[in-house]
Amino acid sequence: MAYLTPRKRATGMGSAKSGVAHFWNMKVSSIGLLILVPLFVFTFGPALGSSYEEMVAYYQHPFPAIVAILTLGVGFMHFKNGFQVLIEDYVHGAAGQYSIIAMNCLCYAAAATGIFSIIRIAL
Amino acid sequence: MVELALPKNSRITTGKTWPKPEGATNLRTVQIYRWNPDDGKNPSVDTYFVDMDTCGPMILDVLIKIKNEMDPTLAFRRSCREGICGSCAMNIDGINTLACIYGTDEVKGDIKIYPLPHMPVVRDLIPDLTHFYAQHASIMPWLETKTNTPAKEWKQSIEDREKLDGLYECVMCACCSTSCPSYWWNGDRYLGPAALLHAYRWLIDSRDEATGERLDNLEDPFKLYRCHTIMNCAKTCPKGLNPAKAIASIKKMMVDRAY
Repeated sequence: MAYLTPRKRATGMGSAKSGVAHFWNMKVSSIGLLILVPLFVFTFGPALGSSYEEMVAYYQHPFPAIVAILTLGVGFMHFKNGFQVLIEDYVHGAAGQYSIIAMNCLCYAAAATGIFSIIRIAL
Repeated sequence: MVELALPKNSRITTGKTWPKPEGATNLRTVQIYRWNPDDGKNPSVDTYFVDMDTCGPMILDVLIKIKNEMDPTLAFRRSCREGICGSCAMNIDGINTLACIYGTDEVKGDIKIYPLPHMPVVRDLIPDLTHFYAQHASIMPWLETKTNTPAKEWKQSIEDREKLDGLYECVMCACCSTSCPSYWWNGDRYLGPAALLHAYRWLIDSRDEATGERLDNLEDPFKLYRCHTIMNCAKTCPKGLNPAKAIASIKKMMVDRAY
């Protein structure tokens, strides 16, 4: 039990002076995905079902390759920021902080793997 | 970590069923949450039968009738009985609202009355709003100025005054904050819809000179950005206000300031 005044509990450690950048990144990346996801679907769709050689040749064209790289990059950035909010909502304390670090590592690793794979095919 | 089940000592049991009034023909069944901190028992739901022919039309009338004529131990807050003091906020038929302006005819079937959700209970239908009020105080709900006080008054144009409509009417009943899942999970740090609506009321007051400090104090992942536009606040507000819109406006001000 701690003898804290209600005002002390409500104020806590004060404002973190952050949050607007995270909020703005989410909004901008969501608008980006609104454009990129249809582009990805329409570029990846025609190639779907083709042979390995045809697929490799298709992704050596700059437009589908760049669209796929951007979709992966922006998509995982958006996923990372969104999932962080989810963790902050439901997991508190040190467990939340470790979960956010783990989720960040996972997202960066997945984005890097995907982008590296497309670059390797394209070049 | 979020808790999805009630602790053992908070689980609700079946309570007492009170006798039906003699000779009554127009009965309504009323189920009310009961908890007494002094008896060491779990909370329970008592069942009452109210003769609607001799009762007023509002839920508060039903509660007062039960307290006066059947069970004087029933505890609830009330004062103005016309929706202006915010005292009788409670969960009626699954909706957070004011008992004094919610009609019995708006409830189909049994009338179920619980205290505001996810708040510590003082007794029966009385929630502990200490933290809620302290959060309201923390947003500095008063005019902050640095210019010397004018001889007569702080002037405000009609247009600027109109910007406060839909904000100043809040009676701090806590219906919105206690309907918000974000406030349930993070109420210790998230200010909640009511406090943020009041924060916006002062942020857009043309006479206030502490806009920057107010935004500084709100720029926090938990104090402000736990709002995920769930909109329960706007849906439940017994005064018809829209705290979610006010919070979105604060977020827009934050972006306008930073970018």
